[in-house]
Amino acid sequence: MRFFEFEARKIVELAGIPVTKYGFCTTPEEARAAAEEIGGPVVIKSQVLTGGRMKAGGVKFADTPEEAAEHAEAILKLEIAGHMPRGVLVDPKAEVKQEYYASVVWDGTAKRPLMLFSDMGGIDIEEVAEKHPDHVGRGHVSNLFPIPDFEAKQTIAATGVTGSALNRATPILAKVARLFREYDMTLAEINPLAELTDGRFVALDAHMEMENEAVGRQKKLLRTELNIAEDDDREPYEHSAFEEAVAAIDAADHRGVIQGKDHGFTGNLGLVIGAGGGSLTLTDAVRNQGGKPANYSEIGGNPSVAKACGLAKEVLEKDGVEKIAVMMSIVSNTRVDIVARGVIKACLELGKDPGETIAIFRIPGAWEDEGFKILERYGVEYCDRSVSMWEAAGRAVAKIQGEGAAA
Amino acid sequence: MATQQKVFIDVAVDDSIREDAAIAAKLEEVCPVDIFKNADGHVEIVDANVDECVLCKLCLEAAPAGTVHVRKLYDGTEL
Repeated sequence: MRFFEFEARKIVELAGIPVTKYGFCTTPEEARAAAEEIGGPVVIKSQVLTGGRMKAGGVKFADTPEEAAEHAEAILKLEIAGHMPRGVLVDPKAEVKQEYYASVVWDGTAKRPLMLFSDMGGIDIEEVAEKHPDHVGRGHVSNLFPIPDFEAKQTIAATGVTGSALNRATPILAKVARLFREYDMTLAEINPLAELTDGRFVALDAHMEMENEAVGRQKKLLRTELNIAEDDDREPYEHSAFEEAVAAIDAADHRGVIQGKDHGFTGNLGLVIGAGGGSLTLTDAVRNQGGKPANYSEIGGNPSVAKACGLAKEVLEKDGVEKIAVMMSIVSNTRVDIVARGVIKACLELGKDPGETIAIFRIPGAWEDEGFKILERYGVEYCDRSVSMWEAAGRAVAKIQGEGAAA
Repeated sequence: MATQQKVFIDVAVDDSIREDAAIAAKLEEVCPVDIFKNADGHVEIVDANVDECVLCKLCLEAAPAGTVHVRKLYDGTEL
């Protein structure tokens, strides 16, 4: 679950991290009043769950409350990357001596939260890590034990920060780590963390994302502290036409489960995969052998022929798809013959030769002998569990690459 | 786009049971994938569902022996 900046700022505040005096406003009049209360120059920021606000004109500076109201009026009407703003944040224009970066992310490899700190804040941390790796400090914290300040201090000190700045930044990074764990975040980021000209450290901007599965147990934060309505699900993911079509096929028939994802996949090999971790394994096996998946579509739980057919057709009709690979792990009760019928039928209905279109069929399991008879009848290459998932994926890749090379 | 029916399976019933209301009702009841429909006492085959046949043989048991035919078109055998 993603949070708007004004909510992330509130979370930071709740954790005891200093922030500048800010106001969340939904009308120009509220923005004017907030600017008056803050006093002095302010910055007006669109509250949208997307990046690129500055470039799109969603962040403007104002010297007077009147100007703040004018900017707020314009920003409230401004759509950014398909998102209308929830409101605007009115923030004082801070006198910054130096900008830092402080965050905690989940390290899936180490299975522990990872603190990140940089003395080069205000820009993308990825860019800093690439161009100035010595300016990024890293340190894991425990999932269970209390998080001591000294671990944050070590992380910050690794970037060369010393003295008063080190002492002031240390409790802030430690508090970010604690809030990350307490609120089940997947990302807790303050960027920039500003050192003001008077030496104080304040969070000027914050970005928070919570584990979706934790929403149920974080009701106090979500409903009481942040006043987020239960139906405000913040769906950050916009489904593609392919994903929506597959979801509609799945919803129309209770038998079995299919799902399709294709964000970021632009390859020529369509995947119809599944079973007990098989999907990820098979996708990796395809990619690691040079294949280019066109999608990530799972099938299982004994779908109907129509459902398997519908999924395969959607995959085959994706731009750039030349062949499909139908593969599963062996941990499956899904009937081989039913899936075979479905994917072959998809080819036939699209006027394609199943033997040419299905690069490999590797679904060991229930009714496989019956399935193999069908596959043989249509000249589809298939294999049983004596052929590993890696090898089956490799055969599919070789077949599609062989054709590409011959063309 | 054209939907192809009866690509893998063919199902037929003998004329002797086609108008039998009791058998029509029974066939509709037992088939897990709705291949049979009780159409006002007639046995009707729903072509759109025939390829969904899961080869369970419940229809064969619900009707007198030899009156329902389920043929696998991919190998030419009959249940």
